[in-house]
Amino acid sequence: MALFLWVIVPYLCFAVFIVGHFWRYRYDKFGWTTRSSQLYENNLLRWGSPMFHFGMLGVLGGHIIGLVIPKVWTDALGISEHGYHIIALAGGIPAGLIALAGLVILVYRRRVTGPVFSATTKMDKVMYVFLAAAIVLGVWNTLASGLFHVGGEYNYREGVSLWFRGVWTFNPDADLMGEAPWGFQLHAMVAMVLFALWPFTRLVHVFSAPIGYLTRPYIVYRSRDERPGQGTGSRAPQRGWDKPTLQKK
Amino acid sequence: MKVMAQMSMVMNLDKCIGCHTCSVTCKQAWTNRAGMEYVWFNNVETRPGLGYPRTWQDQDEWKGGWELRRNGRLTLKSGNRLKKLASIFSNPKLPSIQHYYEPWSYDYETLLESPVTRNYPVARPYSLLSGKPMNVEWSGNWDDDLAGSGEHAVKDPMLKGIEDKVKFEFEQTFMFYLPRICEHCLNPACAASCPSGAIYKREEDGIVLVDQDKCRGWRMCVSGCPYKKVYFNHKTGKAEKCTFCYPRIEVGIPTVCAETCVGRLRYIGIMLYDADRVLDAASVEDDQDLYEAQVGCFLDPYDPEVQRAAEADGIPGDWIEAAKKSPVRRLIMDYRVALPLHPEYRTMPMVWYIPPLSPVVDVVKETGYDAEDRGNLFAAIDALRIPVEYLANLFTAGDVPTVDKVLRKMAAMRSFMRDINLGGDPDEEIAASVGMSAEDMYEMFRLMAIAKYDERYVIPTAHSEQAHGLEELATECAVGDYDQGSPFGEGSGQGALTPVAIENFNMLKERQTSDHDASVTGGSKRGRVNLLNWDGRGMPEGLFPKHPDDGPKQ
Repeated sequence: MALFLWVIVPYLCFAVFIVGHFWRYRYDKFGWTTRSSQLYENNLLRWGSPMFHFGMLGVLGGHIIGLVIPKVWTDALGISEHGYHIIALAGGIPAGLIALAGLVILVYRRRVTGPVFSATTKMDKVMYVFLAAAIVLGVWNTLASGLFHVGGEYNYREGVSLWFRGVWTFNPDADLMGEAPWGFQLHAMVAMVLFALWPFTRLVHVFSAPIGYLTRPYIVYRSRDERPGQGTGSRAPQRGWDKPTLQKK
Repeated sequence: MKVMAQMSMVMNLDKCIGCHTCSVTCKQAWTNRAGMEYVWFNNVETRPGLGYPRTWQDQDEWKGGWELRRNGRLTLKSGNRLKKLASIFSNPKLPSIQHYYEPWSYDYETLLESPVTRNYPVARPYSLLSGKPMNVEWSGNWDDDLAGSGEHAVKDPMLKGIEDKVKFEFEQTFMFYLPRICEHCLNPACAASCPSGAIYKREEDGIVLVDQDKCRGWRMCVSGCPYKKVYFNHKTGKAEKCTFCYPRIEVGIPTVCAETCVGRLRYIGIMLYDADRVLDAASVEDDQDLYEAQVGCFLDPYDPEVQRAAEADGIPGDWIEAAKKSPVRRLIMDYRVALPLHPEYRTMPMVWYIPPLSPVVDVVKETGYDAEDRGNLFAAIDALRIPVEYLANLFTAGDVPTVDKVLRKMAAMRSFMRDINLGGDPDEEIAASVGMSAEDMYEMFRLMAIAKYDERYVIPTAHSEQAHGLEELATECAVGDYDQGSPFGEGSGQGALTPVAIENFNMLKERQTSDHDASVTGGSKRGRVNLLNWDGRGMPEGLFPKHPDDGPKQ
């Protein structure tokens, strides 16, 4: 069972993640967008969206430090286990809580604002469930296990992190996850499903983070002929050319 | 010198009657789609008025366009690149849908499915965003023809500083129409704002387009464009904007808005400009120098040196010829009557306007004086500071003398032509009083008043020799390449649908070259009947279904 959950499932999800993104980019570049709903509603979004996104960037940074950087490296830097713990909690708890608060605002907005709710797809809803579950479990782990030591002390850097790096070196130790507290197990499992869903949701916009904007020239010039095969002529109506239909609510 | 060509437009505002035909035909062609209900690539605004979206000209509020920093460098008014990226999760300057209007449709079903009743059924408006019943309280052109001007037009951002002089009592007010499309700027702020680099300026003709496959919906272009002419498609989550009808322009026909313009007030042509000078011109210190600076970027296609440089930069010969004949170039450079809209945004816009003289003429006429007399008109232009100052706020960043000069030219043209029309001798002095020769003045009149289609639109065709891409012109592959059949059945694979032209060609060839009597033609291998090729003799196979009993009928 542990082998299935912590070795087979991760690779399955990872494969779906990679192939899914390739497929989506290949066949649905047009659909690759943030699908922003700011036009509909801005008062809640103005607070919720930056809170959520900046919170998530902090959470991402925390995960990199906690999962990717081996304990021996921080030991070598002379950071004690206790010191690391304090840094992790001081960064992780605010970031997690801000992201969670942002998410609550955004989900509330999505449900209550008529136009935004109408523009919510099924896939969005499924994605929100897993995203919210992953964040709630993550905050729970940080608070319960990290701060209050519910169910005993657990050092994830000697368990979950080793397993995580094992996945990347194709040598995962399923038992390390099997022995982890249920909160960590559940968080990892939800996250893996979320990664499998990722390419089929609006989350793909994460990979369009426009870092290149900082270095490219302001004005982009392009020749007319740079897209061969995109001539005029007859072809079926493309997406984005649908007629408006009234759906009464 | 780097010579580039720019497809550009001039609109003669004196001739605009505000009929909105351009807006409607543009909408039918480009934006009658889901998610684009509120989008008007072309709109016509009544000035003074709020415009569309409401108060778009108020850059203190919207922070569109460029700004000259104290160190003399040009940056986006909304902040540098880092600031842009930091505000990417919630664009602080994005107009809400209420600044445009909430799109709606009517519940026509209640009319169609209504039983017989004593009272007429009513189709109620429903929001196309939320699907809920709504009250229609605002829309594009809600303040058309100064409607509700006491409430709305007074909020026109361009009235700042001259509020006390503009009256909105009906006897004393003035108005004109301002049709607007994307400016296809030389220094587009929308492209500069796009984090994904999806908005680009075409090298060949300068048309600014959004790559729909690269746009990621960050919405920075919407706030970056000071003219608010990039729109967010709320269904697809992508930015869309006026395309200058590039598929039409490429084959040499004018944009839909120009083609259908009732007043024939639009001119389309090429401008040659020096791309190396654009940034310097956009960075001149004084806002009021921007008009002259932009004119300084344009190149004279008659200058042999410019011609050589243009050729060296790969501009085809017929494009240089088109630049010589360009009505836009004549109005901007030769007669100097066209002015850019809001040069102070520093985007170097390329849709220019001939300011309207009619508000002035109207006032003179109402006083009972001769409204075509040069002296009266000149005096009125000087006296009527209000419209002139207002026009200057729109077209010259507030520089009144430049607008004044243009209006005087128009007034002089009126008197000059009246003399001719009344059978008198043309008075060279009138032309000279505004610094023009009599010949130029007559040519300007011809261009502005009676120019025909091919004088108003001088559009060289695109040069990719792309005829094969056009429907049914099968120059891409030999005729024989068709009709090979596809492994996946009819209708799949490339070129699987044989164009009718090819089918006709093959049938005629068969009839002409076969040695048996090929009278019964028109049948098709695929069970379709091509009646275009049926000469009436016999009955093509497949015209009628086969009879179950006696086999195929002949």
